[in-house]
Amino acid sequence: MSSPNPRPLSPHLTIWRWGPGMLVSILHRLTGGAITVVGLAILGWWLAAIAGGDESYAKFASFVRFEWLGVPWVLILLAALTWAFWQHFFSGVRHIVLDTGAGYELKVNKFWAVMTLAGSLFATALTWFFLLGVGQ
Amino acid sequence: MSLGESATPLGKVEGLGSSHHGGHHWLEERFTSVALLLLSLWLIFSLIMLPALDRQMLGEWLRSAWGAVPMALFILTAFKHGVDGLKVAVDDYLHDEGNRVAIHFALDMAGIAGAAASLFALARIAFTPVAA
Repeated sequence: MSSPNPRPLSPHLTIWRWGPGMLVSILHRLTGGAITVVGLAILGWWLAAIAGGDESYAKFASFVRFEWLGVPWVLILLAALTWAFWQHFFSGVRHIVLDTGAGYELKVNKFWAVMTLAGSLFATALTWFFLLGVGQ
Repeated sequence: MSLGESATPLGKVEGLGSSHHGGHHWLEERFTSVALLLLSLWLIFSLIMLPALDRQMLGEWLRSAWGAVPMALFILTAFKHGVDGLKVAVDDYLHDEGNRVAIHFALDMAGIAGAAASLFALARIAFTPVAA
């Protein structure tokens, strides 16, 4: 886009005052990017590992259990991706509601922005509560 | 109406009316998002409900039509929605038309390659005889 008199183009990252609406909007982008780039790469590897045989699946499983200094970094990454998924999920539902023209009243808008943050943390905890139960 | 070199971008298109294609990508991203709403919930619930996450159990799950078909739909929809989303972000940060088109092309290629590889892996799981 070349314009003779450059006008400000979106997104104006530096001019927003921090608040739930702004935070959730930025998180929608960051979480969407993370689950696309990192999440789908892991999904593809996971499927290829199942298809590849016991040895290739063992390699994937040892990656998931990778520990350094006693900390299971990959499990933490997967938990972070789960949170990114749920945040994008709830924020996406909010966006669809906003697309209908509803929910722009200041208090309502702020309330549901905060609720996506609370919902994603709760859903992540619940998901891993059940997932780790499976591993027993 | 003179549309010489001096016309502004707005002036060049004013009065031409709608091309009726403007909403296409916007709508498509909403359609895939609603599909993913269901497919991603299916994926998470399936993983939680499986009695174990070892290779044998996962293979059994993905060999059945109830595992393989939604997984194929999830792969196609997730890669499509993900690439579309990354393109929107690129459009906002890259204002040079040449770079923008080049990165759109690269994202398309990466998305199609990832989806094809994932679908191939799924097909191999689904169509490999259990005894082998």
